[in-house]
Amino acid sequence: MNPFSSETRLRDMIRAIRACKTAAEERAVVRKECASIRAAVSDNDNDYRHRNLAKLMFIHMLGYPTHFGQMECLKLIAAPGFPEKRIGYLGLMLLLDERQEVLMLVTNSLKQDLNHTNQYIVGLALCALGNISSAEMARDLAPEVERLLQFRDPNVRKKAALCSIRIIKKVPDLAENFVNPVASLLKEKHHGVLLTAIQLCADLCTVSEEALEYFRKKCTEGLVKVLKDAVNSPYAPEYDISGIADPFLQIRLLRILRILGHGDADASDLMNDVLAQVATKTESNKNAGNAILYECVETIMSIEDSGGLRVLAINILGRFLSNRDNNIRYVALNMLMKAISVDGQAVQRHRATILECVKDSDASIRKRALELVYLLVNETNVKPLTKELIDYLEVSDQDFKGDLTARICSIVEKLSPQKIWYIDQMLKVLCEAGNYVKDEVWHGLIVVITNSTNLHGYTVRSLYRAIQTSGDQEAVVRVAVWCIGEYGDLLVNNIGMLDLEEPITVTENDAVDVIEAAIKRHTSDLTTRAMCLIALLKLSSRFPSCSQRIKDIVNQSKGSLLLELQQRSIEFDSILEKHQNLRSALVERMPVLDEATYSGRRAGSLPAVASTSQGNPLQIPNGVPKTMDAPLLDLLDLSADEPALQNSSGPNFLQDLLGGDILSSASQSGTTQPQKSGTDVLLDLLSTGSPPAQNGSSTADILSISQDNNKTSVDALNSLSSPMVTSVQSTPASSIMDLLDTFGPSPTVPKDNDPAYPPLVAFESSSLSLIFNFSKQPGSPQITQIEATFTNKSSDIYTDFIFQAAVPKFLQLHLEPASSNTLPGSGNGSITQKLRVTNNQHGKKSLVMRIRISYKLNNKDMLEEGQISNFPRDL
Amino acid sequence: MIHFVLLISRQGKVRLTKWYSPYSQKERSKVIRELSGMILSRGPKLCNFVEWRGFKVVYKRYASLYFCMCINQEDNELEVLEIIHHYVEILDRYFGSVCELDLIFNFHKAYYILDEVLIAGELQESSKKTVARLVATQDSLVEAAKEEANSISNIIAQATK
Repeated sequence: MNPFSSETRLRDMIRAIRACKTAAEERAVVRKECASIRAAVSDNDNDYRHRNLAKLMFIHMLGYPTHFGQMECLKLIAAPGFPEKRIGYLGLMLLLDERQEVLMLVTNSLKQDLNHTNQYIVGLALCALGNISSAEMARDLAPEVERLLQFRDPNVRKKAALCSIRIIKKVPDLAENFVNPVASLLKEKHHGVLLTAIQLCADLCTVSEEALEYFRKKCTEGLVKVLKDAVNSPYAPEYDISGIADPFLQIRLLRILRILGHGDADASDLMNDVLAQVATKTESNKNAGNAILYECVETIMSIEDSGGLRVLAINILGRFLSNRDNNIRYVALNMLMKAISVDGQAVQRHRATILECVKDSDASIRKRALELVYLLVNETNVKPLTKELIDYLEVSDQDFKGDLTARICSIVEKLSPQKIWYIDQMLKVLCEAGNYVKDEVWHGLIVVITNSTNLHGYTVRSLYRAIQTSGDQEAVVRVAVWCIGEYGDLLVNNIGMLDLEEPITVTENDAVDVIEAAIKRHTSDLTTRAMCLIALLKLSSRFPSCSQRIKDIVNQSKGSLLLELQQRSIEFDSILEKHQNLRSALVERMPVLDEATYSGRRAGSLPAVASTSQGNPLQIPNGVPKTMDAPLLDLLDLSADEPALQNSSGPNFLQDLLGGDILSSASQSGTTQPQKSGTDVLLDLLSTGSPPAQNGSSTADILSISQDNNKTSVDALNSLSSPMVTSVQSTPASSIMDLLDTFGPSPTVPKDNDPAYPPLVAFESSSLSLIFNFSKQPGSPQITQIEATFTNKSSDIYTDFIFQAAVPKFLQLHLEPASSNTLPGSGNGSITQKLRVTNNQHGKKSLVMRIRISYKLNNKDMLEEGQISNFPRDL
Repeated sequence: MIHFVLLISRQGKVRLTKWYSPYSQKERSKVIRELSGMILSRGPKLCNFVEWRGFKVVYKRYASLYFCMCINQEDNELEVLEIIHHYVEILDRYFGSVCELDLIFNFHKAYYILDEVLIAGELQESSKKTVARLVATQDSLVEAAKEEANSISNIIAQATK
């Protein structure tokens, strides 16, 4: 005999494994066993095959690889005797899953066993098929299973029924074959058969609408009667569970009635009586009874309306909710979520109890309850509910705070009655759990703050207080730093006091202290520090007396290892040092951020598509120097790749910084451009000029400036190769022109339309037409100016008109604001919008563009989409 | 539908696993690790349900063993508790006041019984008596085959003497 042959019995092996003191010992024992089993496998040892497989199963359970045993299963299954087959099928189900190829080899053995004369062998095969069948096997063996649904022994019939569930789940097309056999199974008395047939029936109904109709017509009445009999049946010890006759059967009956009654008044009518009977007669002092009641309530909620029953159901839920058993409370909360759509008022009555559940010690219950509260909040109860939740935030578990803050913020945002309340609540949340809130939350808060002009002073003072007490919460720090930077003067001078406020005395130095503490705090991340730098720059102009101190703080970041901080601090330092004259204009207060655009952006309505037709180029991340997260290089790189992002993130930071000074240079040169167009010019410059490579060198250039102060500043700035700085300098117009002549709409360059390109009808429908007029600047063949003209041919007015366009990567697209967002009807006017496309592969590829036009027609959202590929070839 | 059944000891050792939905071996061990971490750490008075990856896991502790079943969100948790109890009672009847050791040394028997209670993640029999009878019949079939084999080998052994 083979020296490795497995002489140890299963029991001995288990004992040996259990005797192991360490994991290493266990591994050694397992290794030895595996070796001997492998040897037996290669010897094709017949005597101990079943024992070896049993051992392998145990080893498998311990988590060791046992793939070499898979073929042994097949051999055992193919053996003639019942004992071999029994262990073989067990091994098959345990060691393999439906995705393994080996499984295909077993199809034939299964087929033979399904036709075996021994009903227990048939049972084994059905069980294995039901548990691990793949779609192919299901298709191959469905006829056998279907036949077995009529087998003489009920125990085979019930197995066949469950096996059929697996089959129709894998291959829904086969469902119709099972409908008729199931209908006859539903008439049986044997509980096992009935149980499984009902289950199969339910699954058939979900995959096939026809089956549902069929069963609804043919079987509803019969099933109602079965349930009635089950409810009224006398004591039967075989099926009795704590005084209830076969709760499993009752639950399944209730479930199938729910499916049949849903959306069908007649069927629902049939079951009303029996549901009322179940709901009133079932004992609720044991779990089994509650399980039935729970199912019954769900059925009542889903079938067609019957007022009386619903009241009954809601009352049961009320009883559940006040139960001391956590399980029952959990399911009650679960069910109330579903009930809320049916009867919101009734659920509102339990609000206080539900709120208590949010504070439960059990995480599962808390989570359910919180979700339910979220659904319960409305305008009338938002204030007290929010207060409760925020109060609870203080004492809640760490790992629950994330969920909780997300919910509170979303409630507050959705339903806040006044801005001041919104700001107050958000501050509370941030103070309690500022480290748990998502970025969108504090971004949103800043948008709201900028929009409530009369509350600026109040907010900045509240934030100043908040940061004193909760300086460890990142989000508080960020919002406070931002606001102090913007509204530092309001803080120090107590401007815009509200009646309810207590006055505080803050000196300029105190305000700078806060920022300094924030930038030096070791837990502050890049974003926070970058925000601090901006705030300092802004404060340097608001608090002239602290100017030197601020400069010192900024200087400390010059040596930062983070490129972004280093670059910014060097730039800001040179602004502080050399450009006093334009600093105040540079750091003017942020313009009000547009809430609508922001919420639209959050809703993801503008995925990577440039849209400026709202006429407001100031997108949200503007004031939120989130854009500083990534180095400028990255941003521009990004915008080169994806023109769509151009005016969303990249240049906005610069817009933010320089929006003001463009204005000043414009006014200096005598033209009175509104700020908007000022930033537009900037946008233009950024989106067309300064390819990424140049920007990469700009850091070095700046460095060279600060080292070489002898150079005249104009020279130095010219070497920056960033046109924006040149324009800041307000050098003589001619030099601007030199620099800018490649870049479209500078005021000195006339916009000559090049007549070489005929207008193109880019989009034409029965009601709307879009015409593109092309022009090019001489000397820059890769840039095309497009003037889009929209005309409305229908008689209705289109409002909220938005044009969006996207281009492939080799193109860069810039959209300017549209002339209007309302398009009058009957061709009585048009919207024009300018686009500028830069073709990086000019001469090789021609333009293509995807467009989307959305508008509202009588308050109904309309959407047109299209692709334009018939541009003139040489654009 | 029950997606899988797990029996985990209080020390986190796996005593039985049955998968009715496809999980690869790697996923299986991940699932077991995750769930035993979640379930074993829960206090005794808490509810028997944990929400996990969009599913619900219903568990119940019997002595040193946790019986866990993973179900869909919309399934009836209370009923699954009853199913667990149903299975435990059948085990108890079969082994005669079952303990963890019974399930370790006769793990295959525990599987055989489970296969008579559940197929394809659905309950197949609500009568404990029927399950016990079916398992007993199959056991006796195995015994009979064994005896037969022994007697034949005896005959051969004697014949070759």
